[in-house]
Amino acid sequence: MDAQWRTYTPWRSPFDPCPPREQRAYIVPPNQFIQTQPRGLRQFAPREALRRGTLWPDLYSPYDTAGRGAQP
Amino acid sequence: MSKVVPREYYQFMQEMQAIDFVLVELTLYLDTHPDDAQALAQFQQFQRRKQALMQQFEPLFGPLHEYGNSPAGNRWAWAEGPWPWQV
Amino acid sequence: MWIYEKKLQYPVRVSKCDPKMAKYLIEQYGGADGELAAALRYLNQRYTIPDKVIGLLTDIGTEEFAHLEMIATMVYKLTKDATPEQLREAGLGDHYADHSFALFYHNAAGNPFTVTYIQAKGDPIADLYEDIAAEEKARATYQWLIDMTDDPDLQDSLKFLREREVVHALRFREAVEMLKEHQDSRHPY
Repeated sequence: MDAQWRTYTPWRSPFDPCPPREQRAYIVPPNQFIQTQPRGLRQFAPREALRRGTLWPDLYSPYDTAGRGAQP
Repeated sequence: MSKVVPREYYQFMQEMQAIDFVLVELTLYLDTHPDDAQALAQFQQFQRRKQALMQQFEPLFGPLHEYGNSPAGNRWAWAEGPWPWQV
Repeated sequence: MWIYEKKLQYPVRVSKCDPKMAKYLIEQYGGADGELAAALRYLNQRYTIPDKVIGLLTDIGTEEFAHLEMIATMVYKLTKDATPEQLREAGLGDHYADHSFALFYHNAAGNPFTVTYIQAKGDPIADLYEDIAAEEKARATYQWLIDMTDDPDLQDSLKFLREREVVHALRFREAVEMLKEHQDSRHPY
């Protein structure tokens, strides 16, 4: 599971009607850790930048539902 | 006879979209970092690349910009397809 | 003045013929946290925001129209070759009865677009926090749309749009920092 994900486990009831999903996950994107982008951050090459949706790897937030282990 | 978009169109698109994306990212960055001279220099470099690509694309596939911001050419190709949502 | 560029910002490729997805994608067309709402919100706020951030609001607002075009392209590709029966099976019968194959500004539930989705308080800090929140809500919506499709090409375009929201949110946070500065001081970096 990549570093952006956080998990938590809500209380559940023995009377819940449906099979439980124990863990919940949410994402904390990189913009939460930057107040103002510093100068001179490394960059993707143009085609890679387009594919990723940003010029800067430090701002990239993958959304890989496969590897995270838990659902929202 | 169906109208299908030629393959060459996509090759140009791939290149132009990448260059233009760098320009968009640098535009937003410069809006909040107006004093970053290095970013401005990079912007100008990519601006030149964009112009060069457009000069190759437009004679083949028509103007990219409206209202006189692209050369018109010998016929009114602006109103011709394909349009972006059709490719 | 606006100039249109006859080119998508990012390629839209849809591999799976699944008109059902069109019903959900329309959420980002005419929905509360969608691209139209974003474009109108920022382009309207910019008239009364301090000068140093007008450029940013103009540029992000304009980019949102490019994203709106991408969503329209996805919906168009998914519906243009469908029969009315296929659209009905996809849950788009209500839409077809009113609009046939035309797109329209409503959300996934069919609620029409309304300007009550957006705000402009005329207070720069309030306006920018509305904008930051809007970007994070849009990011979340793209996550849910990505969750709902297994078409890797469609996911690719949606992931691009999601990442744009992450970057926009950061730019609006930077705009807040710019406004926090007193008049004549320079940027601290």
